[in-house]
Amino acid sequence: MIAVLGLVIGVVIGLLVAPDVPEWAQPYLPIAVVAALDAVFGALRAFLDGIFDDKVFVVSFISNVLIAALIVYLGDQLGVGSQLSTGVVVVLGIRIFTNMAAIRRHIFRA
Amino acid sequence: MSDEKPDKAATPVDPPEPVEAAQPDASQAEAPQVEPPQVEEPQAEPPQAEAAQPEAPQPESPTPMPKQRTPNLALRRLKAGFKPSRGQAIVAVVLALVACVAVVQVRVNRADDGYQNARREDLIAILDGLGQNTRRLESEITELEERKNSLSSSADKAQTARQQAEAQVRTLGILAGTLPAQGPGVRITLNDPEGKMTSGNLLDAIEELRDAGAEAIQINGSVRVVASTDFVDANPGIRVDGQKMTSPYVIEAIGESHNLAEAANFPGGLVSEVTGPQVGGTAEVNELGTVSITALHAPEEHRYARPAPSPTK
Repeated sequence: MIAVLGLVIGVVIGLLVAPDVPEWAQPYLPIAVVAALDAVFGALRAFLDGIFDDKVFVVSFISNVLIAALIVYLGDQLGVGSQLSTGVVVVLGIRIFTNMAAIRRHIFRA
Repeated sequence: MSDEKPDKAATPVDPPEPVEAAQPDASQAEAPQVEPPQVEEPQAEPPQAEAAQPEAPQPESPTPMPKQRTPNLALRRLKAGFKPSRGQAIVAVVLALVACVAVVQVRVNRADDGYQNARREDLIAILDGLGQNTRRLESEITELEERKNSLSSSADKAQTARQQAEAQVRTLGILAGTLPAQGPGVRITLNDPEGKMTSGNLLDAIEELRDAGAEAIQINGSVRVVASTDFVDANPGIRVDGQKMTSPYVIEAIGESHNLAEAANFPGGLVSEVTGPQVGGTAEVNELGTVSITALHAPEEHRYARPAPSPTK
């Protein structure tokens, strides 16, 4: 319940405050968001598996976001930024789908 | 790195599940085939749970349960999640962060112009179009500038020609006697009480003055002496340009006043003639700083002479 509340509050804050994204963070923000989504879905799956641990969740969340941003940054420095971000998005997308499949099976048994 | 553990705990679950997920997804219609693998699930899970045991003892209890009523378990856990707890709070904070950033990102993305997400070919096409536009407009600019230059230079030419023509008109106007003139010069007053002066005397006087550089001459303030002026004897007096004149004759001339005075005064010149025994009159020569000549010559239309094209122009 609190988690859902946090989600709603986050949306509201994002809509009301509408902070400006600094220039240097703009390329990494979308990737970071996708990585965070992956962590969240992973957490939901772990929760349904009954192995959810908040410390692990926070650490994996942060490391997910940081690693994603780092990969994009490296790609930018190497001149393959767009390709690497595509790769990261693909990998994260696959993980999200896998997690969703597990969650779905847990909830709907299908 | 610490998340490796939960990931590992999760990843062992992945291999069996994706396979199953692929199977049911690919052929969902085959429901009977899907169920058997599900039965296998618990068999696969227990070892995983054991692997993850040191961290989470919980998995053990869920894994045996799914055999009979897994949906209940998952749903029960979801319901349990509504109870406030530390984990709930942390999740809430993280979720709020994610939601906030996601919303901001969506907003930023919408604010972007369409070029950011345009495909490479589209961008190339757009760039091409812009380049062509630029070239077209640049050539237009060049053309217009050339036209402007030619117009302004021709305007300059016309202006210069007009100024030259006006200067020429002024010069020629003074020469032809159609314009009044003023400047330094002399006034020569000739008294001829006996009426013995002839047109020859007057003509000589004019010639001498011209020889001395007189630029404009008038007689008695009424006749402008020009190229076509004629002098005819009309005793007593002289007819100049058809106008009868009598003593005293006043000749005004513009030019270098000293030269003009000398031209009148030299021995055997105008003054000697007039004061000599033949005429017996008096002559007075005044050098003036400013002589103003107001008499005008009315030019007549030439009946025969026409301007001939000049070879120089």
